[in-house]
Amino acid sequence: MQNNFIIESENLTKKFGHFTAVDAISFSVKPGEIFGFLGANGAGKTTAMRMLCGLSIPTSGKATVAGFDVYKQTEQIKKNIGYMSQKFSLYDDLTITENINFYGGIYGLSKSKLKEKTEYLLDLLKIPEMHTGKLLVSLPLGWKQKLAFSVAIIHEPKIVFLDEPTGGVDPITRRQFWDMIYEASHNGVTVFVTTHYMDEAEYCNRVSMMVDGRIASLDTPYNLKKEYNAGNMHEVFVKIARGR
Amino acid sequence: MIPLIFFMPVLQLLVLSNAATYEIKNIKFNIVDYDQSHFSRELISKFTASNYFVLNDVSFSVENSEESFKKNQAKLIIHIPKDFEKNFRSQGLSGVQLVINAEDGSAAGIINNYALNITRDLNIDMAVESSVMPEPVPMINIDYSNWYNSELDYITYMVPGILVVLVTMIGTFLSGMNVVKEKEIGTIEQLNVSPIKKYQFITGKLMPFWFIGIGELAFGLLIGIIVFKIPMLGSPLIIFMLASVYMFVVLGMGLLISTLTNTQQQAMFIAWFFLVLFILMGGIFTPVESMPAWAQAIAYFNPVAQFNRAMRMIMLKGSGFKDVLPTLYFFIVYASVMMSLAVWRYRKTES
Amino acid sequence: MKRFLAFVSKEFKHILRDYRTLLILFGMPIAQILLFGFAITNEIKDAKIAILDFSKDNTTQEISNKILSSGYFLLYKNLSSTRDIEPAFKEGIIKEVIIFEPEFGKNLEKSKLANIQIIADASDPNLANMLIGYTSSIILDYQKDLLKGKTLPPIINTDIKMLFNPNLKSVFMFVPGLMAVILLLVSAMMTSISIAKEKELGTMEILLVSPLNPLQIIVGKVVPYFFISLINYIIIIILAKNVFLVPITGSIILLILESVLFLLTSLSLGILISTISNNQQTALMISISALMLPAIILSGYIFPVENMPLPLQVISNIIPAKWFIIIVRGIMLKGVSFSYIVTETAVLAGMTLFFVLLSIKKFKIRLE
Repeated sequence: MQNNFIIESENLTKKFGHFTAVDAISFSVKPGEIFGFLGANGAGKTTAMRMLCGLSIPTSGKATVAGFDVYKQTEQIKKNIGYMSQKFSLYDDLTITENINFYGGIYGLSKSKLKEKTEYLLDLLKIPEMHTGKLLVSLPLGWKQKLAFSVAIIHEPKIVFLDEPTGGVDPITRRQFWDMIYEASHNGVTVFVTTHYMDEAEYCNRVSMMVDGRIASLDTPYNLKKEYNAGNMHEVFVKIARGR
Repeated sequence: MIPLIFFMPVLQLLVLSNAATYEIKNIKFNIVDYDQSHFSRELISKFTASNYFVLNDVSFSVENSEESFKKNQAKLIIHIPKDFEKNFRSQGLSGVQLVINAEDGSAAGIINNYALNITRDLNIDMAVESSVMPEPVPMINIDYSNWYNSELDYITYMVPGILVVLVTMIGTFLSGMNVVKEKEIGTIEQLNVSPIKKYQFITGKLMPFWFIGIGELAFGLLIGIIVFKIPMLGSPLIIFMLASVYMFVVLGMGLLISTLTNTQQQAMFIAWFFLVLFILMGGIFTPVESMPAWAQAIAYFNPVAQFNRAMRMIMLKGSGFKDVLPTLYFFIVYASVMMSLAVWRYRKTES
Repeated sequence: MKRFLAFVSKEFKHILRDYRTLLILFGMPIAQILLFGFAITNEIKDAKIAILDFSKDNTTQEISNKILSSGYFLLYKNLSSTRDIEPAFKEGIIKEVIIFEPEFGKNLEKSKLANIQIIADASDPNLANMLIGYTSSIILDYQKDLLKGKTLPPIINTDIKMLFNPNLKSVFMFVPGLMAVILLLVSAMMTSISIAKEKELGTMEILLVSPLNPLQIIVGKVVPYFFISLINYIIIIILAKNVFLVPITGSIILLILESVLFLLTSLSLGILISTISNNQQTALMISISALMLPAIILSGYIFPVENMPLPLQVISNIIPAKWFIIIVRGIMLKGVSFSYIVTETAVLAGMTLFFVLLSIKKFKIRLE
């Protein structure tokens, strides 16, 4: 395998009994790329992502993440990635600062680094000083979601995995959220994102369309639209799903 | 949910009514007989002949015998000293020592009673046998009768109490958990936008639980009467009349708890805490009469104690409407206080 | 280690922030021990009785006074006819009726035999037993007074020695059970709920993706509850020993070691429950129905196991609390040494090992 890809997957497969959730998917992701993983619910996006994060052992196939093997080197992988799940992933009964300190803490950030990061984040998210001591439960969902993303990359991972990060968020916050993703990518973080919002696919550098555990199509949004002769990604998706 | 609702009372009745017994049989005892006389053997045979005692071990040292207390093998040691018979014959006075394992104080008290009855019997036998009475002495003859449960059957005693526990637990938990659950998920907002009055909405919410509670009681009573053959001397109608008001006391309690808490877990814990206190002090497992005066006074305001008393009165003694009227009044007042407190607290949390 | 500490400190924040639960966790054992110590006794106090005196002479008056001045009984009413007895019981207030036959005093003096009838409300058999016992011993006392100065038939005296608990205090019996229940409540139930909570909220995924390994996560969850249990345990011991004078006759070190073993059993049970439940409510329900209720009802905590029917006695063997209660009663009240409780200790240790292995297996399957 070449070293200029940060994620490489070759015939990666996951079976649960007789059911094949992920069926021999192969793809590679370049450093700094925003790689979209699209598909309907149950298409196998989350299962594929869990294998890449080291949460689930593949049934067959090969894959490396940040140069580490998903079978044997899951501990090293975990140190190099960030993760944010579809469920809201911070603690409601802790304050903003406590949440930041906790996640920084479990990734082993030093005290001074943590302090610097906290100040940077609060400034970035424009959270007023008076709110930092409040329990998270009192914050609006949009802020929480942005905070969750910031926390997921607090340890400056090489790759961040985002599993349906914008579920239930209003369009304006979603736009702001993607601005944050762009900035992270700009700083060299590879972003691996699953979503079923087809408009979000437009924001990705490259997109893979998953149908029934297989990658049905993989290219830039521009090329996909051209290939399927479609005005937007939603049409592309509908055509792929039907044209099978 | 439905299977659970029917499964629970059966399980509770089966397990609790059998487990919750202070009836003591087959008390294992040891003998340390230093006398080895005709007389000491007669005393021992009195014990072995009784239904309550079973011989465990015979030895010649009290200390060794006490070891079996530590190994949980025996509860009683009968220690007969040397010259037991000789002293009786020559001085007219002799002694025997009963050593009782009193870890469990109430069991020890009962064992003590049984053992004393046996030695008393022996004394009477001896008095008759010796017939050395110079003049007849005045005797008071005591006649006992146990009304309403002459067999002293514990299951008869436990079932009404268990039904009270059942109804109380179901009501408190269902109402306590349900409302706080809505708070947790956020569906409680629906309440705020609905045009109907708060207390109407709340009563509407509680009605299903009320029916479940009454249904459980009916089902439990049926099992008690058919399977456990518990007498039902009074009218079931009076029971249901009381229960229908009592349910509101219980549901009000649950609702009040749920207004004071934010999560189901908290509600569960607080409900559990108060239920344990109410049930332990409710005269269900231990009689109210065995509490100190201050605790008896508190017990009067314990709805669980009141309902338990009324259930036993109606089922086992055949008490009528007039007899439980004070209890009914008490429930009506209690239910109104609980419900209004809950509704008032409810409004407060919302604004 | 630093990562682990960050995790543990987060757990403590969760716990300390939920002050209602905290209040219950600490209030529960205190309230229960006070209740058992002060309110639940083995003695009758102020039981309400009625007297039906057909004779109304000096002797019956004397006997009545003797009974009523004992402190055990309180006269609720005087009845005038046997027809009044039934309604009086049905009212539900009186528990016993004492009936003196007509001409009681005269009979006692002339024919040397007089009759008293005691009717007890046996809808509570325990109470009925006690009431009859108390009443007849007072009457027998009175009779003994009458016999003073007269030649007596030979008699056997019975000397009673109550071992381990001379004053028959019920709190002696309850303390060990209370310890077991509180340790189970905090260690098993709270641990399982708090792990299930992370699963329910989805934060468990985040933790698993982090460099913390699963063992650290589980241990980190367990540590705070371990300490809370310990504090609770110490409060119970201090209250029991100093307020209710429950003795610790055996080795306190042995007691603590055995308690730590049971604490581990409870924690392993909590972890096991959390591996099979995906949300808090399930964890709560399993904890209550499979742990708490059996530990309260079938462990010998309140009801002695040996009085139960055989099937329940058999079932009681799989309840860890039962073995712990035997151990604690042995050490605290009877002062036994380790050799007496080897079997019980081995059973607890075996159970703990079994639960740990089972949890690891379940946890692995989940990760697959």
